[in-house]
Amino acid sequence: MRIIVLIKHVPDTWEERVLDPATGRLDRSASERVVDEITERALEAALALKDSDKSIEVVALTMGPGESTGAIKKALSMGADSGIHLVDDALAGADAMTTAATIAAALRDAGADLIIAGNESTDGRGGMLPAMLAEHLGLPALTFISDLVVEGGRVRGERATETATSVVSAALPAVVSITEGMPEPRFPSFKGIMGAKKKPVASHSLADLGLAADATPRAASVVLSCEPRPGRTGAEPIVDDGSAGQRLADYLAQQRLV
Amino acid sequence: MTAALVHIELTADGAPTDAAAELLGAATVLGEPVAVITVAPGSDTAALVAALGRAGAARVVVAEAAEVGSVIATPQVSALAAAIDREQPSVVLLAHSVDGRDVAGRLAVRVGGALAWDAVGVTRDGDRVVAAHSVFGGAYATTSTIEGGLPIVTVRPGAIDARAAAVEAPAVERLTVEVSGAAATIESSTPVRPSGRPELRTAKVVVAGGRGLGSPEKFALVEQLADALGGAVGASRAAVDAGYIDHAAQVGQTGTTVAPDLYIALGISGAIQHKAGMQTAKTIVAINTDASAPIFEVADFGVVGDVFTVVPQLLDALQSRRSA
Ligand SMILES: Cc1cc2nc3c(=O)[nH]c(=O)nc-3n(C[C@H](O)[C@H](O)[C@H](O)COP(=O)(O)OP(=O)(O)OC[C@H]3O[C@@H](n4cnc5c(N)ncnc54)[C@H](O)[C@@H]3O)c2cc1C
Ligand SMILES: Nc1ncnc2c1ncn2[C@@H]1O[C@H](COP(=O)(O)O)[C@@H](O)[C@H]1O
Repeated sequence: MRIIVLIKHVPDTWEERVLDPATGRLDRSASERVVDEITERALEAALALKDSDKSIEVVALTMGPGESTGAIKKALSMGADSGIHLVDDALAGADAMTTAATIAAALRDAGADLIIAGNESTDGRGGMLPAMLAEHLGLPALTFISDLVVEGGRVRGERATETATSVVSAALPAVVSITEGMPEPRFPSFKGIMGAKKKPVASHSLADLGLAADATPRAASVVLSCEPRPGRTGAEPIVDDGSAGQRLADYLAQQRLV
Repeated sequence: MTAALVHIELTADGAPTDAAAELLGAATVLGEPVAVITVAPGSDTAALVAALGRAGAARVVVAEAAEVGSVIATPQVSALAAAIDREQPSVVLLAHSVDGRDVAGRLAVRVGGALAWDAVGVTRDGDRVVAAHSVFGGAYATTSTIEGGLPIVTVRPGAIDARAAAVEAPAVERLTVEVSGAAATIESSTPVRPSGRPELRTAKVVVAGGRGLGSPEKFALVEQLADALGGAVGASRAAVDAGYIDHAAQVGQTGTTVAPDLYIALGISGAIQHKAGMQTAKTIVAINTDASAPIFEVADFGVVGDVFTVVPQLLDALQSRRSA
């Protein structure tokens, strides 16, 4: 079985993230980039399956600028067998439609039995790419699942929406997106870090994927404006001297909040 | 006026979710609000159509599909694609919910539209639909539009205040939909039981607890204060990870984004990822034993103190205020 995990390099949520007001795009120089934690959990899910069945091959795929090889290296050192990097200058500032079309083109003939993604990126917060890929590829999508079992040619999981919690399943091949309910990722071992250097990484441009730069989707999302909002300044906190509960009640009443 | 199609999600009892009124409210400024519902063939939709009329639907497209409820997303996608074909709308609106996002993503690919997601406002500028967004926990306000195709917009629940005027008897059009596309099967489903508390995403008051509460039993204090204030219960990721409360209560970067009138953080340190989900609340109150906790950087009223002494006193004070 071949599992392709979609990993994404994102600005570290521990730092202040900055948008370029002129373009509304991410200011890449402003913060450190890390592998989005949810995609490390997606990789963990694949590696856990591989732990119990060594014949499983795990491939880490990312679309992003040159520096995103760092994300693939991390995935290889955690235990992925190989990497695929989709990189092309024409992809700078790609919207969701272009991203989905590009990743779908790379997946189409990649022979994946299972494609595992995170449910939502911490930078874009769209949470739609997995469903879009499934539509492109004609595959079922088990999205936002908080556990994952592969058995008898099917994948199964639990999926909570705002209105119901369901058990959902699909025959392989399928696309899955996982939530934070899945286990935390493992750390790369020393052996993993050393071994990563020898693992193959394929790099593909749009032309390699058979996509001309102008063959990307016609409809596109365009940023019109981008403005920073003033940060908040807190008031000096009071130290409880035995009356803080009473004082807080008075404050809430005075603010007409109770 | 061109149609503004609104995808209506239904609860397990077949009623529109709270998002319906918000989406129809948003749609009125964009075009003629046309609600699309996807139901099993032969369903009695009279009550549903009346409810959508009260929420402002000028017309209702009732799409009948055999697979509704047994597979994820594809019946709704096929229904919307058929409705788009018929109505030639200028925009499609959906909730930025779990199901709404699956439907929107697939729909955009299927009909060749493009996506604007998690909009906190929508307006029309001539021919263009303009979506407003709140990015990185409210650190940036941006606007976007769609060029070259149908705009498919998901709207953040709780973000839209506008409501459409009620429509007495909306016209109903029926469609029978051939569902296409491979889909995941829904094997079994348990409806979310109403908690009796307001919904987290749209609540005016949110009381949230963190790891400082110490145990699932002691987390009850958060619920007590929420009930005294008629608010929703929220939590930090650490509280969720520790099993004090369900993941649905998580506020922050990877949980729910809230912007209530009042947010009370109990035993929450205020990590940057937590603040990303609550720092646009109008008033923030924090109680924490650690004076250097970052939550105080955003709190309008902070108490350096123990939640187990301060909150009971607060509850007493609120009680005596009420009985006074
Ligand atoms: C990618 C990513 C996404 C994340 N997403 C989220 C998210 O969506 N939401 C989120 O919340 N976090 C998120 N986190 C986690 C975040 O970094 C913090 O770990 C988490 O918010 C900490 O929760 P906490 O404040 O409850 O716990 P802690 O940081 O352990 O804080 C507990 C606080 O309780 C105080 N305390 C202890 N006892 C008492 C008492 N008796 N009375 C009063 N105060 C007391 C302590 O002084 C302390 O400040 C994310 C992290 C990452 C890396
Ligand atoms: N550029 C990308 N490269 C690889 N995977 C991606 C990329 N963008 C999104 N994904 C995957 O899709 C998931 C959901 O992303 P999104 O729809 O952007 O919120 C992520 O957690 C990743 O698994």
